[in-house]
Amino acid sequence: MNLKEIVSCIGAETLHGEDLLEKVEVEKAYASDLMSDVLAFAWPGTLLLTGLTNVQIVRTAQMMDIPAVVFVRGKRPQEEAVALAKNIGMPLLVSSMSMYETCGLLYKAGLSPCVIPAREA
Amino acid sequence: MDSRYEVEFKVRGDDFLAAGEASNQIKETLIMLGVPSPISRRASVITYEAEMNLVIHSGGGILRAIITPEKLTIEAKDQGPGIPDLDLAMREGFSTASDKVREMGFGAGMGLPNIKRNSDCLQIDSLIGKGTILTATVFFHQGEGNRG
Ligand SMILES: Nc1ncnc2c1ncn2[C@@H]1O[C@H](COP(=O)(O)OP(=O)(O)OP(=O)(O)O)[C@@H](O)[C@H]1O
Ligand SMILES: [Mg+2]
Repeated sequence: MNLKEIVSCIGAETLHGEDLLEKVEVEKAYASDLMSDVLAFAWPGTLLLTGLTNVQIVRTAQMMDIPAVVFVRGKRPQEEAVALAKNIGMPLLVSSMSMYETCGLLYKAGLSPCVIPAREA
Repeated sequence: MDSRYEVEFKVRGDDFLAAGEASNQIKETLIMLGVPSPISRRASVITYEAEMNLVIHSGGGILRAIITPEKLTIEAKDQGPGIPDLDLAMREGFSTASDKVREMGFGAGMGLPNIKRNSDCLQIDSLIGKGTILTATVFFHQGEGNRG
């Protein structure tokens, strides 16, 4: 799915990166308010959904080769986060829906999850 | 690739705005040197987790990457408080991070186990009151490490 399809699927607002929407393709999504878990479980190329808004969200996405971020619950990323995203060419979207509803729509539309590998207890 | 390539960055403690800049520069260096993406991705996780630990737990430190034709070594060195119980710190879920750090999405006690998973070798030397040296190695060719 490309980001344009994702925008129309969840009725998202594009904060930045309008020109990239058709170019960026994602197959998977990972939703979390824990960047610690994103670093452990998100696959490269995954779309990130989060309710956090700080600059480290964009930084974490950049390090994990995550091409775009959707902020849920109508949360707007902080100024520094937008500035970094603009700088590195990462589209940012805002969904006014809850995490659950946003994810549900994307799952129904065919975005797959990141499978969590078994690990030592 | 030259036989040895080294980059070093100073990481400031509690500077959450800059946190990750060093790791990103190391990532770009690896890509520039033609390191294949499965390796550079593992390296990114290691460096970023180690950098965040310098920012969060140790009042800053030095992050260094050493690249040779065989392997990548990532070193995080600090003069912070040290880690009193390393076995405990290596356990998923153990964290001493503050509420402020947790509100930013970190401090879930995932970092050190994640570094271990992504390294072929991991060594942590820590002395209470003196500091910590974390050394993680990723081999470029399979069969040279003990991962898996
Ligand atoms: N460089 C360091 N200096 C002092 N203590 C450290 C250092 N690195 C880690 N620790 C200690 O080890 C604990 C576990 O580290 P780990 O990276 O696994 O989790 P975390 O940093 O607390 O959370 P997360 O990595 O999920 O954001 C930390 O909470 C801290 O107590
Ligand atoms: Mg950590």
